[in-house]
Amino acid sequence: MSDFEAILKAYEASGGDPSFLRSPQVASLVVSGNKVLGANEISGISMDAEQLPDGVRVHVKVASGVHIELPVHLCFGMIPAEGVQRILSTFEMGEGASAEFLAHCTFPNAVRVQHIMESTIRVGPGARMRYTEAHYHGPEGGVEVLPKAKIVVEERGEYTSEFNLSKGRAGRVDFDYEVDVAAYGVAELLARVIGRGDDEITIRETVRLNGEGARGLAKSRIALRDQAHGRVFSTTEGNAPFSRGHVDCVEIIRDRAVAEAVPVVRVRDDRAQVTHEAAIGTVNRKELETLMSRGLDEEMAVDIIVRGMLGG
Amino acid sequence: MGSRNTDEPPLLQVIDLHLKREGRSILQGVNLTIDRQQVHAVLGLNGSGKSTLAYTLMGCTGYIPHRGRILFEERDITGLSISERGRLGITLAWQEPARFEGLSVARYLSLGMKEPDLERIRAALAAVALDESYMDRVVDGSLSGGERKRLELAAVYAMRPKLAILDEPDSGIDILSLGDIAALIQRMVEEGASVLLISHREEFVTIADVASLICEGQIVRTGDPGKVSRHYAHCCRPCDHHEIVETGKEYDERL
Repeated sequence: MSDFEAILKAYEASGGDPSFLRSPQVASLVVSGNKVLGANEISGISMDAEQLPDGVRVHVKVASGVHIELPVHLCFGMIPAEGVQRILSTFEMGEGASAEFLAHCTFPNAVRVQHIMESTIRVGPGARMRYTEAHYHGPEGGVEVLPKAKIVVEERGEYTSEFNLSKGRAGRVDFDYEVDVAAYGVAELLARVIGRGDDEITIRETVRLNGEGARGLAKSRIALRDQAHGRVFSTTEGNAPFSRGHVDCVEIIRDRAVAEAVPVVRVRDDRAQVTHEAAIGTVNRKELETLMSRGLDEEMAVDIIVRGMLGG
Repeated sequence: MGSRNTDEPPLLQVIDLHLKREGRSILQGVNLTIDRQQVHAVLGLNGSGKSTLAYTLMGCTGYIPHRGRILFEERDITGLSISERGRLGITLAWQEPARFEGLSVARYLSLGMKEPDLERIRAALAAVALDESYMDRVVDGSLSGGERKRLELAAVYAMRPKLAILDEPDSGIDILSLGDIAALIQRMVEEGASVLLISHREEFVTIADVASLICEGQIVRTGDPGKVSRHYAHCCRPCDHHEIVETGKEYDERL
C-alpha cells in the first residue's frame, strides 16, 4: 500500500471522508511524516508546503474577499510507530475572506510519536476563519501532541477553533493557544479531550481582548479516568472598553484521575467585563440517575454524558 | 382509566416500606398496590414523602429502605439498582429534569427504547405538544424548564414502560394543560403501562383509577379518587399537624 493510501485509510478510520481528499473541488493537503503526499489548491486559496527533516512548513493564504465554499481538508499523520512530525504553519486570511479548515491528525500505530504544531495565524479585517482539529490516536498512548498557536484577529475579524481528542489514547498533550483580538473582533477557543491510563493533558488558552468591543470565549471540556491528569490554564484579558470575555472550564474525573483548573481573569479597563466558571467533579448524579432510570447501565450512562460534553 | 382483573397479580406491591435519611424517618410503613394498566394517584402536601416514595421505588442513591419490600411483577426488587429496575420497565419522570450538554433531543428520547424508532420519537414529541424541529435541539440550558419538563414526559412515553412514575408532572410546564397530561397518561395506559401519579394538586385525581393520600410518610387513605380528593381538600389544606420532611425539590437541589 502506498503512503498516500495508508494515510487515507487512517484518515477514514478517524472519521474523515477520504473522498474529500481526492475531490478537485475541495482544497486539501495531505502530509505523512515529513512527506507532502498531496495538495489541491482551488481558486482563491494557495497552499505552499516545504519538506523539512522532521516535518513540513506550510503556508496557507486565502485572498482578500474570497469566500471558500467547502471546508479545506488538512490531513496530518504518521503511520510508523515511532518518530517526530513537526508542522510549522502560517495561515493568512485576507481582508473580508472566509474559510473553514478541517484538520485530521491520525497516529493509529503510535508507540513513541511526537507531533509538534507551531502555527501563526492572522485573520485580517472582517475575515472569518474556523479551524477544527480532530485527533485519532491508537490504543498505546505513546503520542505527544504539542500544538502551539499565536493568533491575531484584526478589526471585526472572527476566529473559532475546536481541538478534539477523544478517539484512542490522548498520551501527552500540551496545548498552548494565544489570541490577540482587535476592535469588534471575536475569538472562540474550544478544547475537548478524553484522558485515560496515565495520559497527561495540559490546556493553556490565552485570549487578550485588546480592541474596543472585542469578544472572546475560552472553553474547555476534559474527561479523565484511571490515573490521567488534566490541567487547564485559561487566561482572558479585557484590555479595552466594552470588551467581553468568558472562561468556561468543565472537567469530569473518575477513578484516581486528577484535574486542575486555573482560570485567570484580568481586566484593564473599567468598561470591560470578563467572567469565568470552572467546574471539576465526577459525573453529575442527577444526569446519571436519569439515564439509568431509562435502563442504561452506569458505564453506558457515563459514556453518553461524557461524549455529549465532548461533542461526540 | 383501567379496571382491575382480580385474577391477575398486581404489577407493584409496596409492603411496609420504611426509609430514613440523615437520621429522620421519612417513609414510615408505606403500603401501596398498583394494578396493571391502572393510574394510581398519590396526593400529599409538600414534604409529606411523595417524592421520597418515587425515588425509593426507582432505587435512587441514598434511597434504600431499611425495612419493607417492593415487589414488581411478584419479584422482590428492593435490592435492585436503578438500571436493573429501568430494564424491568420501571421509569421516573423527574420533577426537575436534568440538563445534558451536547445530547440531542432525538438521542435523549431514544435512550430508553429497545430499538431506536424515529416514528416513536415524533409521536412522543407530538404527545407533549413539541414539533419535529426539537429533534436536533440539545437537552441543555438552551431549553426552558418547561420544555425540558415536557421532554421528560416524552422520554418516559417513548420508552413504553410498564410502570411510569410521574413526579409532579405538571409543575413548571407552561403550555401543557391538565387535559394534555391526562391524554398522555391515557395513551400510556392504552399501550399497557401503569402510572403512579404523584402530585399535591387534587385536580389530578380525576385522571386516576385509585388515589392514595400520603401524610408524614404514611399512606393514610386509599380508595375512590373523588373521596380521597375531597378528604385532601377539606382536611389537609390547610393542615395543622403536618411535619415537613425533605421535598423532591430539595433532593434535586442537593444532587
